[in-house]
Amino acid sequence: MDSIWHIIVTSTPQIAAAGLKYTIPIAIISFALGLILAVLTALVKLSPRHGWFSILKAIAYFYVWLFRSTPLLVQLFIVYFGLPYLKVQGLFPNGIQLDPWTAGIMTFSLNTGAYCAETIRASILSIPQGQWEAAYSIGMTKTQVLKRIILPQAARVSLPPLSNSFIGLVKDTSLAASITIIEMFEVSQQIAAQNYQPLVMYSLVAALYAILCTILSWLQGYLEKRTSRYIRPAN
Amino acid sequence: MIKFEHVNKTFGDHPALVDITTEFQAHQTTVIVGPSGSGKSTLLRSLNLLERPENGQYHFNDTTIDFAQPLNNKTILNLRRKTGMVFQGYNLFPHLTVVKNVMEGPVQVLKQSPADAKANALTLLDKVGLADKADAYPSQLSGGQQQRVAIARSLAMNPEYILLDEPTSALDPELEAGVLRVLLELAQEKDSMIIVTHNLEFARAVADKILFVEDGKILFDGTPAAFFKQPTQRIADFLAAMTFTAISDKATD
Repeated sequence: MDSIWHIIVTSTPQIAAAGLKYTIPIAIISFALGLILAVLTALVKLSPRHGWFSILKAIAYFYVWLFRSTPLLVQLFIVYFGLPYLKVQGLFPNGIQLDPWTAGIMTFSLNTGAYCAETIRASILSIPQGQWEAAYSIGMTKTQVLKRIILPQAARVSLPPLSNSFIGLVKDTSLAASITIIEMFEVSQQIAAQNYQPLVMYSLVAALYAILCTILSWLQGYLEKRTSRYIRPAN
Repeated sequence: MIKFEHVNKTFGDHPALVDITTEFQAHQTTVIVGPSGSGKSTLLRSLNLLERPENGQYHFNDTTIDFAQPLNNKTILNLRRKTGMVFQGYNLFPHLTVVKNVMEGPVQVLKQSPADAKANALTLLDKVGLADKADAYPSQLSGGQQQRVAIARSLAMNPEYILLDEPTSALDPELEAGVLRVLLELAQEKDSMIIVTHNLEFARAVADKILFVEDGKILFDGTPAAFFKQPTQRIADFLAAMTFTAISDKATD
């Protein structure tokens, strides 16, 4: 039997490679797409209820409800294993066949977008009404107020909870193993199946996730410092 | 000239403005006084449409707005450009430096070049005595300094009227003086100002006209001389109550 040290030294590069190839890109791309979706959803949810905005609002509420009320793993299964059976004459007679990469990124984006939408909505609401009024008073349009005054301040407020979501997403990408993506966790499973060392292999992959998330926490701290330069330090 | 005719506004069941008819002359300082909750801030905020009265007519120079009709966005933006607003709580943009606060409107709304806007902003900051704070953030300034920046920010839009909503109510007396000096200077330069204030001494010093508002109604509309020298019983009571406040302030200084 190989020594534990030898297992760690030989497995780490394989798992790390899977991290660089799948875990990290999936997390970053999904989070970026999810954030765009989240900002749009938050703005729709905050918009006044009139005209065709009521329809958009209903869609936004339904979307957030759906993705927060069902398990991510089940969502992945529906999109990857279920959609091929969604056969609609004229539109997609052969069902919707997505490759694992597309199915994964789509599901992770939609899922994290639903959570982040609530974070961003709350952070926009946390900016005092006086900021809107001051900006309106110098003649700004609603779009200008949002872009120039509200969202920059809301971004700072939402940084810690958004970092939470991102770190959560990084770990959740391990679920992509279930839709045949060879990411970090899947690689550790495959190695464990060969060397019969599940404790070592799963502890090792856990440590690698922890390192990744620790780096992200540092990044969060750095960004918080940078975006809080205008705030007077607490007494 | 600004003119309100038969303007009404309610908050739920509470009448905030009742049949308001009055004029605000250009190049004059109008001071609005009255007890707390009387509707004086609502009146001021209706002038730049932060509040929307339910009915009545609003004449701004040649433009007429009928509050009973829906307002289009262009009318609102146009009117807000011509009226600057200074708030009790300053409402500076905390993520922008002092000079950027002052430049924001001219660059984003008036589409001035950043260089021109900056030069003008620095002139205005010098005027309110804060040229050396141009690159500071609002959180690094005292309340009085922040309010002077807010005045500069509103002046930067070159508004036809400057509206001030209790501009010194959140300030300590020694900080208040600095802000009042700036406003006095503007009044002497014949800027058109409409000021809601509790400071009667200041009202007496700058006002060309005084409005006394209570329960959403205008109970007095005239000169400071008439207001202070021949007050009605209600105004005399109000002045007496305010004077007591002023005396007790003096005693605790």
